[in-house]
Amino acid sequence: MSEMNAALLDMPIPHDAEGPVFDEPWQAQAFAMTVQMSEAGHFSWRDWADTFGAEIATATKEGRGCGNENYYLCWLAALEKILADKDILSTEVQKSRKEEWRHANEHTEHGKPVELGS
Amino acid sequence: MGHNHKHSEPLSDTALRAKTLESLLVEKGLVDPATLDALVDRYENKVGPRNGAAVIARAWCDPDYKARLLADASAAIAELGYSGAQGEELLAKENSDSIHNVVVCTLCSCYPWPVLGLPPVWYKSAPYRSRVVREPRKVLQEFGTDIASDVEVRVWDSTAETRYLVIPQRPKGTEGMSEDALADLVSRDSMIGVTRALDVSDAGAR
Repeated sequence: MSEMNAALLDMPIPHDAEGPVFDEPWQAQAFAMTVQMSEAGHFSWRDWADTFGAEIATATKEGRGCGNENYYLCWLAALEKILADKDILSTEVQKSRKEEWRHANEHTEHGKPVELGS
Repeated sequence: MGHNHKHSEPLSDTALRAKTLESLLVEKGLVDPATLDALVDRYENKVGPRNGAAVIARAWCDPDYKARLLADASAAIAELGYSGAQGEELLAKENSDSIHNVVVCTLCSCYPWPVLGLPPVWYKSAPYRSRVVREPRKVLQEFGTDIASDVEVRVWDSTAETRYLVIPQRPKGTEGMSEDALADLVSRDSMIGVTRALDVSDAGAR
């Protein structure tokens, strides 16, 4: 797992004439996880569009409806939500794992990839 | 943190959330890291508007292909090796002297990935999503596209199940051009319908 995380962290973000597809690696991660989970049948694309659309609607009302960053923040929030709604990853499990990552992140030496569990 | 260790550039809270989901899903065996990498590579490097441009250029040159594209776009793009994974239906909408088509997704950002890749920032933005439905001619003008008042503008709202591809009008003075050369005239924006295909002189200047 750590090798993969490091790879994703260091992943170059190509630019083409029409701008980068993803601005930051987390956007690519969130996108790819969603597509793979849907393709594997864990949720339908229809359910995804409804959940994602609701996040977009809320963000738009709050004036956060523009730009790639806001767009993928909605995407990530929708992914967290649909995984909880479908009983794949509970909110509690997500919260506790995030704390572990936060801790690891704060205790990682400069230049080393952030890893869990050492 | 009130201490002085050297730390790596801290990951943002957002990046930690993405790592959280990824590490949990990988542990549960629900996603495969290599497949994630392949998906990202696919959408960053392999799937993009050049696919759609090849489809449009073929349709301009081959009336039978265009008929198939209009009848069943999903099958027609599959002839060129392009296919979708979300199970969505693709519909092609042809511009003419009397009709101009433009595509939006008012809900979020549904978009014909297999032929156009991932949507541009403006397509995903709240102003485009809301305004192109209310005042399409004005929005098109802002993209530099003036639509004569006797031309009907049709706005197509994409959904999770249905995506749209606009077939722009073939520019004048392109008789006898090869499919490859024609494809260079087909911009991403012209297949969303906010612009026309490029003129030969525009393409030369790019």
